[in-house]
Amino acid sequence: MVRYHIGAVPQLGRFRNEMDRLLSDFLGRSAGLAEIDETSRGFPAVNIWQQENEVFVEAEVPGLKSEDVEISVVGNALSLKGRRPDVPPEKATFHRRERGVGEFNRVLRLPVEVDSEKVQAKLTDGVLLVTLPKAEAAKPRRIKVAAQ
Amino acid sequence: MAAESTLETTEPKAEGGLEQTRDGRYYRPNVDILELAEELLLLADMPGVKPGEIDIRFEDGELTIHGRAAARQKPETNYLLMEYGVGDFYRTFRVSEQIDASKIHAEYSDGVLRLHLPKVEAVKPRKIEVKVN
Repeated sequence: MVRYHIGAVPQLGRFRNEMDRLLSDFLGRSAGLAEIDETSRGFPAVNIWQQENEVFVEAEVPGLKSEDVEISVVGNALSLKGRRPDVPPEKATFHRRERGVGEFNRVLRLPVEVDSEKVQAKLTDGVLLVTLPKAEAAKPRRIKVAAQ
Repeated sequence: MAAESTLETTEPKAEGGLEQTRDGRYYRPNVDILELAEELLLLADMPGVKPGEIDIRFEDGELTIHGRAAARQKPETNYLLMEYGVGDFYRTFRVSEQIDASKIHAEYSDGVLRLHLPKVEAVKPRKIEVKVN
């Protein structure tokens, strides 16, 4: 039962440089950010980057309110789950229908272990930003070289 | 066969007519266009655009929507995975249906623009009542 439409036609209607995509696919793979659940690939589209102490996952979720998104972290897997509201078609004829509807569940493998207790998320104008502090063990550590 | 599209997408204009965006790139928002009895309703996904940063123009049957979105991260950000770019949204439509331009109105929330294009009186379906004597 596939209710989500965009998954079948990735990035439909959105202008994009194909090279960027190939490059990010390559980078994604090389960074070990493999998709865990292949069926949900495509929505929501995400950008992932990291700083010394945090990993950031940003997702485009237009039309969703904070109560429509469920975020969970297990180990180094982040899951974004929710439902895009459908347009109530009170006797409407669609001339164009590009916006996806229905349920989604995307699971992403993060590059490092994170502290699931301290994960924060905020949603602004259809953009979700999840801040995931790295687990102590995953933080970079400066090793002092002892002088002789 | 599907009904003739009331709103046709026109190709973005060449440099001349187009406002240049920051880096000269803009994104085409995904849209739904619904025809209701009284109006055409256009829904456009424009995540990351602030409410005051949307320009809508309707001129000679051509509808233009332009949402400005500034970069949210530093340009030197080193992405581990990048599935979308951030920038302005821009799209034009040719509207063949007769629209009452003075009554066009729009709302924006949660990254979605809802644009109402009311039909002119003449094209609205009218129910004619038959009087009984």
